Parts: sequence; C-alpha cells; structure tokens
Amino acid sequence: MTTPTTGRSAAAGRAALGFGVLIGIVGLWHLGVRGQWVLVFDIKMGFLPEPAQVARMLWDFAFGGLLGDAFSGTMWRHLWASTGRVVAGFGLAAALAIPLGVLMGRYRLVNAALDPAVNLFRPIPATAWVPLVLLIIGFGSQATVFLITLSAFFPILLNTVGAVREVPPRLLEAAQMLGTSRVNVLLKVVVPAATPGIVSGLRIGLGLAWVILVLGESNGIEWGLGSMITLAREQVRTDRVVVGMIVIGLAGFLSDRILLHGLRGIFRRRPLVRST
Amino acid sequence: MSVSDLSRLTRHTDGGRVLVDDLGKRYGGAAGVDAVAGVSLDIAPGEFVAVVGASGCGKSTLLRILAGFEAPTRGRVEVGGRPVTRPGPDRGVVFQDYGLFPWLTVAENVRFGLRQRGMPRRRAGQIADAFIEVVGLTRFADRFPGELSGGMQQRVAIARVLANDPAVLLMDEPFGALDALTRTQMQHELRRLYREAGTTVVFVTHSIEEAVYLADRVVVMTGGAAKGVPGHITEIFPVQLGDDRDVNAVDFNALEREISQRVHAG
Ligand SMILES: Nc1ncnc2c1ncn2[C@@H]1O[C@H](COP(=O)(O)OP(=O)(O)OP(=O)(O)O)[C@@H](O)[C@H]1O
Ligand SMILES: [Mg+2]
Repeated sequence: MTTPTTGRSAAAGRAALGFGVLIGIVGLWHLGVRGQWVLVFDIKMGFLPEPAQVARMLWDFAFGGLLGDAFSGTMWRHLWASTGRVVAGFGLAAALAIPLGVLMGRYRLVNAALDPAVNLFRPIPATAWVPLVLLIIGFGSQATVFLITLSAFFPILLNTVGAVREVPPRLLEAAQMLGTSRVNVLLKVVVPAATPGIVSGLRIGLGLAWVILVLGESNGIEWGLGSMITLAREQVRTDRVVVGMIVIGLAGFLSDRILLHGLRGIFRRRPLVRST
Repeated sequence: MSVSDLSRLTRHTDGGRVLVDDLGKRYGGAAGVDAVAGVSLDIAPGEFVAVVGASGCGKSTLLRILAGFEAPTRGRVEVGGRPVTRPGPDRGVVFQDYGLFPWLTVAENVRFGLRQRGMPRRRAGQIADAFIEVVGLTRFADRFPGELSGGMQQRVAIARVLANDPAVLLMDEPFGALDALTRTQMQHELRRLYREAGTTVVFVTHSIEEAVYLADRVVVMTGGAAKGVPGHITEIFPVQLGDDRDVNAVDFNALEREISQRVHAG
C-alpha cells in the first residue's frame, strides 16, 4: 500500500519528469532555430522565431508594455471572445448529444431511427462544412459556434451511446426488483452508471471545440484567437502565429482541467469520473 | 436495535406463498435449448427453501423467473397469489455480485427502494439506518460500495432488500464470492434476520452444508441443457433439525451426505 506521503512525492516526481521533457523540447527548439536545422517533412527550423522572442511576445500579447503595437495587451479580449464561442458551441452540443445518446443507447427503436443519419453525417469533417456554412450562415460568430457544435456533438453522442449500452444489466435488475419506475431506471440508474463514459465524451468534445475554433474564426471575425492567428499568417508573422498557437493550446488544456475539476466538485467523492 | 423493533418501522408483510407449476424455460426460440422443464414447487409463506444441484441444472434460471427477469416458456409462476410478469418490490433479490449502485453511499443504496416507492426522505432514512445497524455497518453508512469488502457489500445488499420489506427473498449464491470465515458469519446473520423478518426465502447455493444449515427444505435439481436433459427437480428433502443447528452433529452430517449422494447421482 502506498501511504499518502509517498503517493504525493511520486506524483511530484512524475510532474517533474513531464516538466523536464517540456524544457527539453524548448531547448531543442532554441538550438534548431540557431542552427537552422532542416528536419523531416522539410521543416526549416530557421524560419521559426526563437523561444525567447516568442516568450517576450507572449508576455506583450497578454500584458502589453514591451512592443507597443496593435497586438499588445489584446490577448484577454481575443481569449474572451473565443471562450464565449467554445462555451456556447460545446454547451449546445452537450445539451443535444447527451439526452439523444441516452435514448439511442437505451431504446432500440430510437437507435434504429437515428443511427443511419448519425453515421452519414459523422464522417463529414468540419473543414468540409465550411464552404456551405459560409454560404448559408455567412461569415461570423454564429458560423463558428455552429461548426463547434457540429464537431463536439458526435464524440459526445457516441461516447454516451456506448456508455449507456455498457451499463451492467445487473444494476438495471437491481433497480427493477426494488420497485423503480421506468423513468427512474433511466434517470437514477442508467444516467449515473453511464456518467464516466459521458464525461470522457465531453472531454473529447471540448478538445475538438478548440480545434475547430481556429477554422471557424478564420473568416470575418475581428476578435478571437483564430482570427488573430489568421491575420498573423496573412502578415507572414511566424512569431505571432506561434504565440496564438500557444495561447490556444493553453486555453484548451485549462478548459479540460476546469471541466474535470468542476465535475469532481459537483460529484465530490462519488466515483462518477474515471480516474486518470 | 433488534430486528423485531423494525416491525414498528416497516409495513412488515408476511412471507408470500410461491407457487411454481410445470415450469419450463427454453432459451433461444423454438430451436433453442430447454434449461428447465416440468418444475413444480409449492413454498409456504415464511418458509426457507434452498435449491442445490450441479452447475447448469437451471437453479439461476428458476430464480430469475421467480424474480421476473425472465419469462417462462411453459407453466405458471405465482407469488402471493399473483402471477409473476415482471420484477417487483414484493420479491427482493440478492445477487452473487451484490448489484449495488457504486455512485451511492451505503445509506443511499439501502434507502433507494423506499425512495423509489415514494416514501418521504426522513422516514426512508430512518428505516435505512435501522437496517444498516442490523447488518452492523453503521460506521460505514457514508462510504461507497467500492470502499467496502465483499462481505460488507453483501451485507449492504441484504439490508437494501430487507429495508424494502419484500414478501419473498430470492438469493442466488449470495455468499459464493466470500471467504469461508465471512461466509459462516453471514450464514449466522441470515438465519437470525430471516427468523425475525418472517419472509419467504428461496436460496440457491452450491454448498449442501449451507443449504442444510439454513433451510426448512432442500430442493435437489439435476439435468441441464449440457446433459441433454432439461433441468428438473429430483427430490425435496425436509430438514428437521430444529432451530439450533450444529454442522458437526451426526444427524446434520447424515442428511448432508444423503443430499450429496442425490446431487451427484444426477
Ligand atoms: N440467457 C441464456 N441464454 C441461453 N442459455 C442460457 C441462458 N441462461 C442460462 N442458459 C442455459 O440454461 C442452463 C441453466 O443455466 P443456469 O444458469 O440456470 O444454471 P445454474 O444451475 O444456475 O448453474 P450454476 O450453478 O453454474 O450457476 C445452462 O445450460 C445454461 O447454459
Ligand atoms: Mg447459477
């Protein structure tokens, strides 16, 4: 048995290891730029900004006061705009996909009705939707939210369906023999039993939401991390592109932590989230 | 608190009569296999009946039909004078693998059935607490099933069905996954609980000793789809050893041997 203390120091050790690898990557990046390395896929490291330059620019993007250009200190406003779209799109996807997934997983008839449609739409990537979306919705925030909803919807749906199907039949029998109504078997047994799987789907969906954000915001949007990156590319500002990438990466990572810890806060000690 | 005090808390139904008449079950449609056939059994209210027999002879099938989890393909099954068509709270089931809700605490598991049947939270909580005390788990009331040993989880499962006040208790190898010591302890506790609660019990087990220790009658089943003969009842042994049974007594062992021979004769 591990005591809490050894458990904690082991966790600290693993965190240090992961941090060390990150430092190593940044170190190699620095050397690669200096030495103008050319890697596989014809990656020309010499075209990249140095890590120190990116760090400076990232600081300026967040807090201003270093470079004093149009870009300085604007990060929060971009981040705020993007977060709003992610939350809206992801929230809508979850609100649709979870109830639908529960019904599809539990009732054969619902599944038979919806499964063909799901399988037809699911393989269409968000990138393929973009031209159509621009034509029927038009440039802007709504199109972005729509694309995020669309992309987050399927992983949440499929994970929910799978989790509901894998609810141990024993638990349903236990509920039935205790006199539980059909509705409550669904609400009080199937849904909680499927929750760890649903949460996995939510995490995948939220991750995808940030991926699709860049795609959605690349057209006709003033404020947003995706539009900032798009603009930087048009201006051939590799450094700004990298800064935008880092901010989006961090935002995606943090939103996953917030989702996970938020749910843990709600569930407390109940084993409803897979331990990872 | 003793179990008899619980009668103040619960409705306390008496045991229900269980009537099985010419029961048959075929799995997998017309071309399927007959798991059991021609099973007839009349169990008096408050009686404790153990079912023993080799693996595959249809013990679980019989129990699952009584529970309402499976429909018979032939014959008639009545509990408390009413045909069994679906699972219901008049027939509490204790599973070998407990079947507790892992996201609910011990107390929440035990009051689950009462709450589902519309009992107000306070009263359901009182009854649940009383039964948790009866099975000796008061200190663990706020733990989750995953934090308990197998024996403790099975105690929770027993408290959960008893709190629900069933007329019939259906138990399928409930102590099969427990170590010998815990198992003996659980047998003692079940006997004590059963005597005071007054429910009818149908108890499936592989252990003939356990059957003789607990039951008023021991039903021996043989056959089974794998043997080419559908599972059926070959003999029913009354156990007339009184209330204070000693597993080492001569008459206990004699009966145990007799039943064992019947089981293995097939
Ligand atoms: N769902 C099912 N589908 C098809 N066949 C089944 C099903 N359940 C049980 N059987 C078959 O019915 C027969 C009786 O099974 P049952 O589980 O009732 O036996 P058992 O006496 O409980 O055995 P054990 O002592 O191993 O638990 C077996 O041959 C089994 O393979
Ligand atoms: Mg069995």
